[in-house]
Amino acid sequence: MPTTTETYFEKLERTRVWRSIFRSGTGNSTLHNALAIQQNVFLHLFPTKVRKRMLSLGSTWYLGTLTLGTFLVLVVTGILLMLYYHPSVPQAYSDVKDLRFVVSSGLFLRNLHRWSAHAMVFLAFAHMFRVFYRGAYRAPREFNWVVGVVLLLVTLLLSYTGYLLPWDQLAYWAITVGTNISSAVPLIGDKIHFLLLGGNQVNANALLRFYVLHCVILPLTAVVFLAVHFWRIRKDGGLYVRESEPGTASAQSKPSSEEHKQL
Amino acid sequence: MTTTTQAPLTQEGSALDRREFFTKLGLGSLGVAAVGTLAFYYQFLSPNVLFEPSPIVNSGKPENYPLGSVTLDVNSAIYLIHIAEGYFSLSAICTHLGCMTAWKPEENMIACPCHGSRFSEEGQKMAGPAPKPLPWLKTWISDDGDLMVDRSVTIPQLQFLRV
Repeated sequence: MPTTTETYFEKLERTRVWRSIFRSGTGNSTLHNALAIQQNVFLHLFPTKVRKRMLSLGSTWYLGTLTLGTFLVLVVTGILLMLYYHPSVPQAYSDVKDLRFVVSSGLFLRNLHRWSAHAMVFLAFAHMFRVFYRGAYRAPREFNWVVGVVLLLVTLLLSYTGYLLPWDQLAYWAITVGTNISSAVPLIGDKIHFLLLGGNQVNANALLRFYVLHCVILPLTAVVFLAVHFWRIRKDGGLYVRESEPGTASAQSKPSSEEHKQL
Repeated sequence: MTTTTQAPLTQEGSALDRREFFTKLGLGSLGVAAVGTLAFYYQFLSPNVLFEPSPIVNSGKPENYPLGSVTLDVNSAIYLIHIAEGYFSLSAICTHLGCMTAWKPEENMIACPCHGSRFSEEGQKMAGPAPKPLPWLKTWISDDGDLMVDRSVTIPQLQFLRV
């Protein structure tokens, strides 16, 4: 038997190491396909079966997936930028300039990070508008809408905290104005302002706090809520497609077996 | 009959009460620990030592500020103003959202570049979103004859310093 790529992978899948990692086993049966999704720590967030209609461009415009895509781009480019950026007052501005003029591909990575950030905010809003005007926020998906609102806030906070890091005039005054808004909270406004900045003015402490928020606390928060968000899609009956909702006329007239596609 | 049926009932009741008591004790301790943790975080996140410039600024000799002049010190964000009534000092931080204002001699106004607030030479708000006038700062003459300003102490308006 000639060794084609296909037979090579078939052999690989039968090895002991492979079987110890992927325990669903080989085969094309419905059970195997379902187990492949169910027994994978990442894929088990998703449903084992979806309707074909749910995966068409027209039903979601893929806006949520695209938002996740920009988030992943931001994580990768952000980690790379962290290798050349020191969150300290004497160095921050010159590090950003070095990224632009000295570091190989630094300009590309920083611009990719910046444009992806803008795109993520835009896509998150577009995704929410889409969900809103489609009515996909309604029961049983109300809680996932709330999770989505939290994710939008985390996205905006990530955008805002990242704004200070270049430590230029725009950053300095934007954060001065923004944190002063928090002072308007009744009674505890000044305390919040003090805690946010780690002082009374935008200075070394504020830069470090915003850096930690931007690079650690907010991304971790986003990942936790993203996991809940994706898992809830499965729990709430899959992606919203009006025709496939129970009770609608078109859903009742179509035989459901033709609507299923294995994942 | 009545006593025999009542005895196990009260025992059962007291057993439940004991369980309830320990549940409440446990939840209560967790609550206390949670409040303590919050207090711990609050204290940890509030710095005890700040490496910020001193609020007291030495602005030099009064003679450096001729009559009718409005001088902005961008490093300390204060105005030193000398008019016929005397010297005084204004905070240059806009009372709206904290941007640094600038003196516009051609308009005879202090203007904020961020959201368009305008103040008179004496700090009164003339236009824009600022909710309060620019605060007057405590000003005095040091033993060496220098003009001193304490940015952390505001004084009532129209208290001029005469030299």
